[in-house]
Amino acid sequence: MSPTAPSGAGAAVSVQLRSGVYADSVKLMQVSRRIGARDGVSAVLVAMATPLNLELAAGMGLAPEGDPSPEQLLIAVRAEDDDALAAALADVDSALAERERSTGSADAIPHRTVGAGLDELPADAPALAIVSVPGTYAVAEAADAIAAGRSVLVFSDGVPVEHEVALKRAAHDAGVLVMGPDCGTAIVSGVALGFANVVRPGPVGLVAASGTGAQQVSCLLDMAGVGVSHVLGVGGRDLSEAVGGLATLDALAALDADPATERVLLVSKPPAPSVAADVASFADGLSVPVRSAALSAETPDLTAAVEALLTDMGLDVPVWPSRPGPAEAAVPGAVLKGLFSGGTLADEVMLIASPVLGGIRSNTPLEPGLDVGTDLSTSGHLVVDFGDDALTVGRAHPMIDPTLRLEAIAELAASDEPAVLLLDVVLGYGADPDPAGALSAALQAARAQKALPVVVALIGTEGDPQGWSRQADALAAAGAAVFSSNAAATRYALDLLGASA
Amino acid sequence: MSLGNLLSGPPSIVAAGVDVFSDALRAQGAEVADVDWRPPGFGDPADLAALALDARRAAANRTAVERLLAAGSVLVDVRPAHEVIGLADRTLLHSGPPLTWEAASGPMRGALVGACLFEGWAADVEEAEILLSTGAITLDPCHHHRTVGPMAGVTSPSMWMWCLEDPVTGGQAFCNLNEGLGKVLRMGAFNEEVQARLRWMRDVLGPVLSKAVRGSIDAGNDPLDVKAVLAQMLQMGDEGHNRNRAGSLMALRELSPSIVAVEGVPSSDIAAVLTFIGGNEHFFLNLGMPTAKLALDAARNVPGSTMLTVMSRNGTEFGIQTAGTGDRWFTAPANTPVGLFLGDYGPDDANPDIGDSAIMETYGIGGFAMAAAPAIVRFVGGTVPDALATTERMYQLTLTENPAMAIPIMGFRGSPTGIDVLKVARTGWLPQINTGMAGRIAGTGQVGAGLVQPPQACFEQALTALAEEARTA
Repeated sequence: MSPTAPSGAGAAVSVQLRSGVYADSVKLMQVSRRIGARDGVSAVLVAMATPLNLELAAGMGLAPEGDPSPEQLLIAVRAEDDDALAAALADVDSALAERERSTGSADAIPHRTVGAGLDELPADAPALAIVSVPGTYAVAEAADAIAAGRSVLVFSDGVPVEHEVALKRAAHDAGVLVMGPDCGTAIVSGVALGFANVVRPGPVGLVAASGTGAQQVSCLLDMAGVGVSHVLGVGGRDLSEAVGGLATLDALAALDADPATERVLLVSKPPAPSVAADVASFADGLSVPVRSAALSAETPDLTAAVEALLTDMGLDVPVWPSRPGPAEAAVPGAVLKGLFSGGTLADEVMLIASPVLGGIRSNTPLEPGLDVGTDLSTSGHLVVDFGDDALTVGRAHPMIDPTLRLEAIAELAASDEPAVLLLDVVLGYGADPDPAGALSAALQAARAQKALPVVVALIGTEGDPQGWSRQADALAAAGAAVFSSNAAATRYALDLLGASA
Repeated sequence: MSLGNLLSGPPSIVAAGVDVFSDALRAQGAEVADVDWRPPGFGDPADLAALALDARRAAANRTAVERLLAAGSVLVDVRPAHEVIGLADRTLLHSGPPLTWEAASGPMRGALVGACLFEGWAADVEEAEILLSTGAITLDPCHHHRTVGPMAGVTSPSMWMWCLEDPVTGGQAFCNLNEGLGKVLRMGAFNEEVQARLRWMRDVLGPVLSKAVRGSIDAGNDPLDVKAVLAQMLQMGDEGHNRNRAGSLMALRELSPSIVAVEGVPSSDIAAVLTFIGGNEHFFLNLGMPTAKLALDAARNVPGSTMLTVMSRNGTEFGIQTAGTGDRWFTAPANTPVGLFLGDYGPDDANPDIGDSAIMETYGIGGFAMAAAPAIVRFVGGTVPDALATTERMYQLTLTENPAMAIPIMGFRGSPTGIDVLKVARTGWLPQINTGMAGRIAGTGQVGAGLVQPPQACFEQALTALAEEARTA
C-alpha cells in the first residue's frame, strides 16, 4: 500500500495503489458508484490501474504517482474534508469485502402464457389447457394449446364466433379438441373440469353442447348405476349453422377411438337442423353406437333420452330419486315461473311446457316473439335463464352467486300474481357449496307471504361435495317438491297448474 | 382421432384465468399448473387475435427458425469497404435505422466527423460538419448493405471489413474491425489518437489480416468457423455482446499462425498486430455480429412470420424489422441504458442507446444468454440467480432454443432464440439487451456499460403491421 495525499484547496484527497488485489471491472464500478454517492465525496475512482483508467484518473486530477502496473488496484477519492475522506475510504474497504447476496431466482419466473406452461409438460403424457381469461384474449391462449398439440377447454365467453370457427378448424387439423368457448362442463378420464359432478367411471361417453344438460344426463346415469368414460363439452354454439358442429364431430371421432367408451350420448340445446343432420350421418358411420339427446320440439327430453339409452344397454330404468313434498294445488289462474341457472334445463322446461301452456316468455325464448330481454317481472308464464350472458356481465355464474335469483323469488312472493315456482339447483364441483342453505330461507320467506308451490330440479349425485340427499332433504324441509329429473320436475309443476303434459 | 393421448389417463392441466377451477381440480388430486396470465402488455386485441389465428404463422415461424438455426458463418476474407460492398466515395454507413445529420446524436456526429477526417474529405471538424450538414456526404444504414457496425457503426470506404459467408445459403455479411476500448470512433471520439489508430488499422492491421486470412485459405486450410467460436465462448463465460474475452483469445489463437506467416511485412508490424488483437477483449465482437447477421438474414422475408430479424439503434432511434414484413423499419426514440459508469461519468453523460450490436440479442445470445456469463451478471441486476432469471424470462419471448449455443449453467439448454413479436406483446416483457454506453457529447468516447430495453412502441408498430398483413394475406 502506498498512500499519497496531495492536498487540494479545501479538499481532502487520497490516491492509493494496492497490489495483490483483484476485483473485476463491474464490481469496481459498483464500488465507485457507492462511494461517489456518499455525502462529502466529490470524486472517486476505484479501478484497476490500466492505462485507460489512469487516463481517467488524470482527467479527474487524481493521478497516482510513480509507475503503476495494471495489476494494481487504484483507489482515488476526493472529499470535502478529512473526516469525509476517512469515512469514504473505510467504506471502500467494506464495499470491496462485501459478498453479493442473491435476491432473484430463476425458479421464480412465472409462465405468462399457456404455451409456456405446456412447454414444461412431457410430450406424450395426457394434458390439456383450461382458459378462463377474458374472452377478448382467450383466443391467443387457446391457439397456444393447439400449436402445442394439446386440447383446450375454453371456459371464457364473449369469444367471437369467427374466432371459434378458426380455432376449431386449426384444432381439427392438429388432431386436438377445442371444448368451448363458453364450455363450463367436461370430465376427462375422471377429472372433472369446470362445473361437473362426481359420477362413477363407466362405458358411456358424452358429447355435450350444453353444460347443465351434460350434468343432468351424467347424474341420472350415475343414479342408474352407469358410469361415464368422458364428458366432452363442445360449447353451446357448436351445433349452430355458423360453427357447423366442428368440435362435435371431432369429439365423436375421439370417443369412437377410445377403448373405454362403448356408447355415446350427444347432449345439446336445440341444434340447427342441417347441422343435426350432418352430425347424425357422421355418427352413423362410427363403430360406437351414438344416441342423440339433442333437445327439440320433436325429440324426447333428457331424462327420456337417458332412459332410452339404458334400454339400449339392456338395463332397467330405475325410479329416479325425488322428494315429492307437500301435495298442494296451485291457486286457480296460477302461472308457471321458472327461475333457472342452467340454460339447457330452462330450454327443456319450455319445450315440455309450451305445448300445454302455450307460449312461454323468456330471456332465452323458443321463439323471438316471446323475448322479455332483461325484464324479469313480466306477467304470465315465464322462464328465466340467469346463466345467460346478458345477466352474468360483471357477476359470477348463478351456480356460484345466487343473488339475482333470490331477489327474483322475493319479488315473486311480493307480487299479486298466483304462480307455481320451478327452480333448478345444480350441484358438483365449481357450484355453491350449499345452495339449499341460501335457497331454503328464501323459499320459506316466500311461502309465508303467499300460497306458492315450489318445485325443484336438483341436479347432482350422492358423491358430489354437496350430497344430493342432504340438499334434497333441506329443500323439502323448506316446502319444495324435489326431483332428480328436470323433466319430472316440470311435469309435476304442470300437474300443480292443472295442465298435464 | 386420439386428441394427442388426451383420453388415455387423467390429464395434467395448465390453467390460465380464474383460480376457482384450479382449486376444484386440486381438490380432486389433479395435476394443475397455473399460468400467471396478465392482459397483454400492448397491442389491439383484434390484432393479437388476428395473429394468434393466422394459419400461416406456425409454419412461417418454423421456417424462419429453421433457416436461422441452419445458417453457418466462416471467415473468408478481409477487404476494404469500397471493394467488398462497393461503398461509394462520400458515402458513410452508420448503425441503426435510417438517420439524418440533423437527427444524429453526439457520438454519431462525432463518428461521422471522424470518418470524414479519416477519409481526407475534410481538413478539420468544421469542414466535416459542413459537408455532413449540407448533404454532401450520403448516410446509409449498415443493415442496408448486409453489414453491421458496433455503437455508431460508422464505416467509410477505406476501412477494412471482415467478410463472412454462410456455407448453407452462400449469404455474406460484413463488419468493420474493432478499434479497442476508450476513445474510439465507434464511441464518437475522433481526435488525433483516434485518427492515428484508424490509419494504422488501414495501413497495417487490415492488410496483414487480409493476407493472413486469404493466405491460410489459399494454403488449403478450412476458413475460420466463427459460429463454432461463438458456441465455445458461451462455454467459457462470454455472452458474446458485452463480454468477448474468450472469443477474442480464441480468434487470436486461430489467426496467429497465419498472421505470423504473412510475408513482406516487418516483424514489428506483425508484433503490433498480435499485441493489438491480444489487448482488445472486444476484438471478436466484430466477428460475432456478422455471424448473427448471416443467420438473421437467412430468416428474412418469410410471409406470416412474427420473428424479429433486426434490432438496432442509431443513437437517436431504435429500429426493428421482422421476417414477415421484409425491409420495413419500425422505429421509436431510443431508451438510454442504465448501468455502471467509467470514472466519474454518470447517467447524465450517457447517450441514448446506439449500435447494431443488438443483433447479438436478436440472434439469442448477449443479454439473452446472460446466464452463460456469470462474470458480468451484475449488469443485469446483481446476482447469478438474476442472470438465470433473465435468460429464463427470455425463453418466454422466443420461438426456439438454439442447440448450437448451449448454456452450461442452464443444463446446456440452447440459448433462447428467435424473438417473437406476439410473445413480446402477450408477456409484456421486452427483450433484454446488454450494451456499451457512449458519451452524449461528440468526442467523449465510452462512458460505461449496462442494460437497455427497446422502446415498446417499435413492437406496437410491428404488431399492427403484421396483423394488417395477416388480414390481407
